[in-house]
Amino acid sequence: MKRFLVPLGIFLVLSVFLAVGLKLDPREVPSPLIDKPAPPFQLAQLRDPGKTLGPGDLKGKVWIFNVWASWCVACLQEHPLLVELSRQNLVPIYGLNYKDGRDNALKWLDTHGNPYTLSAMDADGRVGIDYGVYGVPETYVIDKNGVIRFKQIGPVTPKVLEEKILPLVRKLQG
Amino acid sequence: MKRIIAVLLMVLALPAYANEAAPAAQDPVLEQRVMRLTSELRCLVCQNQSLADSHADLAIDLKNQVRSQMQAGKSDAEIREFMVARYGDFVLYRPPLKSTTALLWAGPFLLLAAGGLALGFYLRRRRKRLTESELTPEQRARAEALLHARREGQTR
Repeated sequence: MKRFLVPLGIFLVLSVFLAVGLKLDPREVPSPLIDKPAPPFQLAQLRDPGKTLGPGDLKGKVWIFNVWASWCVACLQEHPLLVELSRQNLVPIYGLNYKDGRDNALKWLDTHGNPYTLSAMDADGRVGIDYGVYGVPETYVIDKNGVIRFKQIGPVTPKVLEEKILPLVRKLQG
Repeated sequence: MKRIIAVLLMVLALPAYANEAAPAAQDPVLEQRVMRLTSELRCLVCQNQSLADSHADLAIDLKNQVRSQMQAGKSDAEIREFMVARYGDFVLYRPPLKSTTALLWAGPFLLLAAGGLALGFYLRRRRKRLTESELTPEQRARAEALLHARREGQTR
């Protein structure tokens, strides 16, 4: 009987490790940008290229920064949620239109609704690199001092919105 | 004669291939440096490829970024820092030794030590069992007598 205890023990330990490993998502890379100032930029606005938008303009308010593109399929998944959130007027959502064309982007917003107070155009993806973007959509919560407090890689789900983003926004708005 | 003409034609066609793989930057030394550094960086879109191997959009952007930073005179360490500041230690295929990665680095040695200990323990127990099972002088004498008798019986 005793001789089976050792293999059984090893088996159990291995199973626990494998079970935990199954639940880990390798795409969830911990962002080093959390609690760092949002990287500065000054980009042309999507609708009005003559004007610019940057994090410097938004100091003093809590805002959500959402990276999106008209070619991005997963963006459609979260889009109704963002539109709904923007209707509630709880927190402004600013967009970064990532490696997209102006015409396509505007058409996409007309078709699916525009949750963004403003969107900035990052045509060459240079600002995306500064924000560590590697899988559009990505969503950041930025506080009144312009510090990144939260980052979601991939579509925002109702669960993430209810349990993480909204409580954090309320806390930051004080 | 026909064959010779065919071979000549093929040889004539060779220069057509010569220009195909022109390096993205005109400077081969720089290009080699770009390749060396980007092969140590992970492509985050396709996580099991290095930036050097990947043709994902982002990987190409990042390669261009590395190239232009090198052209601007940045050192490899500075560029690595630039990447880590944006994408975290995860972009490095060789993770740095920190408190969070200590187990990763020490793990194999810990496993080796554990295996060594287990082996030593087993060998000691085995030796003890072997010495314990040694015969007493009386048993030995009896066994010898038995063996002797048997051998005599066989020769008969």
